Amino acid sequence: MRLTQGTFSFLPDLTDEQILAQIEYCLEQGWAVSIEYTDDPHPRNTYWEMFGNPMFDLKDAAGALREIQECRATYPQHYIKVNAFDATRGVESLRLSFIVGRPSEEPGFGLTREEGPGRVQRYSLRSYATQRPEGWRY
Amino acid sequence: MQETVAPHTDQQAGDEAQFDLAAALRESRVSEVLEELDRELVGLAPVKSRVRDICALLLVSTLRRRAGLDTEPPSLHMSFTGNPGTGKTTVALRMAQILHRLGYVRKGHVVAVTRDELVGQYIGHTAPKTREVIKRAMGGVLFIDEAYYLYRPENERDYGQETIEILLQDMENRREDLVVILAGYKDRMERFFRSNPGMSSRIAHHIDFPDYSAAELFEIACAMLRRMHYELSPPAADALREYIELRRLQPNFANARSIRNALDRARLRQASRLFSQSDRPLSRKDLVTLEPADIRASRVFATQPSSDSIDSTPQESEP
Amino acid sequence: MSTDPRSNDSSVETGAVPSGTERPAARSGAERYRAGVLKYAEMGYWDSDYEPKETDILALFRITPQEGVDPAEAAAAVAGESSTATWTVVWTDRLTACERYRAKAYRIEPVPGTPGQYFAYIAYDLDLFEPGSIANLTASIIGNVFGFKPLKALRLEDMRLPAAYVKTFAGPPTGIVVERERLDKFGRPLLGATVKPKLGLSGKNYGRVVYEALKGGLDFTKDDENINSQPFMHWRDRFLYCMEAVNRAQAATGEVKGHYLNVTAATLEDMYERAEFAKELGSVIVMIDLVIGYTAIQSMSNWARRNDMILHLHRAGHSTYTRQKSHGVSFRVLAKWMRLAGVDHLHAGTVVGKLEGDPNTVGGFYDVLREPHNAMNLQRGLFFEQDWAGLGKVMPVASGGIHAGQMHQLLGYLGEDTVLQFGGGTIGHPMGIAAGATANRVALEAMVLARNEGRDIWREGPDILAAAARHCTPLRAALDTWGDVTFDYASTDTPDFVPTPTEAA
Repeated sequence: MRLTQGTFSFLPDLTDEQILAQIEYCLEQGWAVSIEYTDDPHPRNTYWEMFGNPMFDLKDAAGALREIQECRATYPQHYIKVNAFDATRGVESLRLSFIVGRPSEEPGFGLTREEGPGRVQRYSLRSYATQRPEGWRY
Repeated sequence: MQETVAPHTDQQAGDEAQFDLAAALRESRVSEVLEELDRELVGLAPVKSRVRDICALLLVSTLRRRAGLDTEPPSLHMSFTGNPGTGKTTVALRMAQILHRLGYVRKGHVVAVTRDELVGQYIGHTAPKTREVIKRAMGGVLFIDEAYYLYRPENERDYGQETIEILLQDMENRREDLVVILAGYKDRMERFFRSNPGMSSRIAHHIDFPDYSAAELFEIACAMLRRMHYELSPPAADALREYIELRRLQPNFANARSIRNALDRARLRQASRLFSQSDRPLSRKDLVTLEPADIRASRVFATQPSSDSIDSTPQESEP
Repeated sequence: MSTDPRSNDSSVETGAVPSGTERPAARSGAERYRAGVLKYAEMGYWDSDYEPKETDILALFRITPQEGVDPAEAAAAVAGESSTATWTVVWTDRLTACERYRAKAYRIEPVPGTPGQYFAYIAYDLDLFEPGSIANLTASIIGNVFGFKPLKALRLEDMRLPAAYVKTFAGPPTGIVVERERLDKFGRPLLGATVKPKLGLSGKNYGRVVYEALKGGLDFTKDDENINSQPFMHWRDRFLYCMEAVNRAQAATGEVKGHYLNVTAATLEDMYERAEFAKELGSVIVMIDLVIGYTAIQSMSNWARRNDMILHLHRAGHSTYTRQKSHGVSFRVLAKWMRLAGVDHLHAGTVVGKLEGDPNTVGGFYDVLREPHNAMNLQRGLFFEQDWAGLGKVMPVASGGIHAGQMHQLLGYLGEDTVLQFGGGTIGHPMGIAAGATANRVALEAMVLARNEGRDIWREGPDILAAAARHCTPLRAALDTWGDVTFDYASTDTPDFVPTPTEAA
C-alpha cells in the first residue's frame, strides 16, 4: 500500500527541487519548517520523532533541504515529513505537512474486529510494521 | 531568482554572439548599491575599487557562463582585514546585496557571528551549533568576525577545529547556497591563514580595510553629526580635529567607532552644560551646537583622568 | 417605577416621572403616552443623532416601503416592531426604562441603483437579549416584523454582534484548527462527496459507495439532508455499514476518514440517541439539518462539544428565505448566527457550481465563517466590522455541481480552509467511484502544489490539470467527461456596491 497522509501523497514522490519550492513558499508566508520521522505511521500516531527543532529563523529553503537529506541518510527506511507551522493568532498550528521520505516497502495496516452486541463491531487498526520493536521495523 | 541576472547556459552562442555588459549591469541594478556604498562610507578608496573589481568579475563570469565558457560557479568566499571601525560590516552588508542582485546568492541576507555562536562547550555540541548557523545563513552571507578565534593552536582539543572543518566542507560543496566572509585584524588573519591553508585556498577575494586618515575621520564625524542634527561651532570643529589627532595615537583606537563614541560623550556633556545654564531660555541654536568645552573635557586632552568627568559609561576603554 | 419609594399606585395613573434619565425632550410624559396611535418615529424609534454604543447589536435591513410611506417612518416601524412597540401607545411603557429598550433606527440611505429600496440601520440595546440564545435573538429581530403591512418587502442584510454578546456563546465545538489537527490534514481543502442516489439505497449498498469513495482518496463522505430513517434503510443499518466502510478505508490508506452521519430526526431525544450510537461506533463527525431549528442546533452543538465530535450542518431549507434580494434574511446573517450557535461545517456556496452564488457575496459568507475579525467590506456585502472575540472558525462547505476540471477556480475563489464536495463528480466517474475520488484528490494536490510554487493557477489551471492527468488516468477520464460543464446563470443575491455583478466563471 501507499500511505497517503500529507498534502501531496497522491502525486508522484516530490523531487528535491519541488520540495525546495514548497519550503520556499512556507518561508515566504513566515511559517517555521520542521522535520519529523517515524516507523509507526498509524493515522492516530500524532507524535512522530522530531529531527531537530522547528527552523524558526531560516531564510532560505536550502538549509531545510540539507536537514531532510541528513534525516534520510540517518533513517533511510522511515517515513519522513516536512511540517510548516504558522504562529498567527487564530491559527497557531500547522499550515502544510507533506511526506518527503518513505520506506521502500510499505506493509500497511491490519484491521481487527471484535463482535459487540446489536451487530456493533469494535474496530482496531494496527500498523504491520509495529509487530517488530521500534527501530527494527523496516 | 527574480530581479537578478540568472546565470544560465546558452551553449549555442557562437563567436558572433553579442554580450552587452552595460545592459547586464543596468539589468542587475548593482550600480545603485555601489552608489549607496559611496555615499555611506567616507574614503576607503581602495576598498571601493576592490568591490568594483569583484562586481566586474562576477558580471563577466555571468556572461561567460551564458556563453557556455564557464560551468562551475566561481568561488566567492572573502576575507575582510583591517582594524575595528573601518567599515567591514557595512561593506559586508552591501556585498551581500550585490551578490544577490547579480544572482550569486538567493536571498542576500547577512548572518553575522563570532566564535561563541559556532563553537560548543562540550563534545557533540559544536557540529549542530555550526550547522544551525550555516543553515540560517544559506541563501546569503555568513560573516564571521574575528575568525582567527576559531583556531587555538595552544589547545589541540579545542572544538573550534571542528567548526573549521565543517565550514571548509560547506564552502567547497555548497558554493551555490553560501558565501562566507571572514573578518578580523590583518596580522592575526594572516597567521590564521598560514596555519589553515585549506581555509586560505578557499578564499577568492581578500580586501584590506586601511585605517582612516585624520581628515576622513573628521568628515565621518561631520556626517554623523548631520544625521543626528548637531552642529560644531568653528572653535569646536578645531577642538574635534585636535581630538582626532590625539585619539588616533592612543591604544584601542577603533576608527569610526571611536569617533561615534566620542560624539556620544560630547552630546552628554552638551546636555549637562545646557542644564547648568537653565536660568535662561534656550534657542534652537543652543540645542544643536556643540562647543569646544563639550569636546575638550575629554580625558584624551588630559594627562590625568578628571574626576568630575561625565565620561562614566564609555563604550570602549578610553585612555 | 416612581422615584419615590413610598408613593402608591396612583403615581402611575397620574403619570409621575418614570425613573431613568432618558426622557423625550419635546413633549411631556402625559402628552406622549396619551392613549391613541402615534407614528413610530414620534414614539422614539427614529433618532438620527443616535451614536451606537459598542455593546449595541446593530442590524441592517433592506426596506421597501409601500407607496406613500415615508422611509424614515418605515425604518422606525421596523425598529419598533422588532423591539418594544406595538401598534398603539401603551401607558405600561412608563413602568420601564423604555427609552433604553426602544430599538433606534439611526440611519437610512437609498440602495444604490434600486429605487424604492432603502438601507435602514437599527441599534438594539444588549439587555433586550437573553445571553447565548439564537432563538431569542431571532425571535426579536425577525420574529414579528416581516409581515408588517406598511412594508412591501423587508430583508435582514447584516448584523453587528458586539464582543460582549459573542462571548455569551461557545461557538463551534471543534473549529477549523482543531478539526485539521484531529484529522491530521493540512495545507489543502478537504474533499467530500454526498452518497447518491439520495434516496433508495439499502444500507449495504450505501456503505459500498462510502468505502469506494474514501479508499479512492476523499476525506469525507456525507449523508444527504433527507436521509434519516426510511423504509429502504433504517438509520442503525446505515450507521453500521458506513462505519465498516470508514474503518476499511482507514486501513487501506493510513489516513483518518469520516462519514457525516445525519442524526436529524423528529425529536431531540431521537437525535441524541442517533448521535450516541455514532459516537459508540467511533465516528469523528455527525450531521444535522438546518430545519431542526435553532434550539435543537444549539443543543446538538453542546452534545458535540461534550463528545469531541465534529458537527456538520446542512443548510437545508435556507433558500426559502435567503435567496431573494428584496425579502428574507441574507445568508451572511444566517452564517453569523450559526457561528454563534456553534457548528463546525456549514454549506456556504461554491461560486462555480449549480447552486446560487456570486463570487463577492459568497466570499463574504466565507469571511464571516472563518476570519477572526471581519473588516467592513461593502463589495463583499459586509456592512459592519465584526470582531469574533476568539470564537472558533467554521469550515465552509462547497457542494453542488462541482467537478475536478474546476479545481483551479475552486481553490482560487474559496481558498484552503473549505470542504469541496464532489458528489456526482465522484460517483458518476466513468471508471468507478474510487477512480472518481482519485481524480479529485490528484487534481487538488496538483493545484495546491502549483499554487505554492508561485504559478498563476487562474490562467494556467487547465494546463496544470492536463499535466497532472498524464500520470493519472482517472483524472484524464474526469476531464474528458466534465471538462466543459459550467453553470453560468446570473445570480440573484449580488452585492449592491459594485457597478455590475461579478460574473461566475
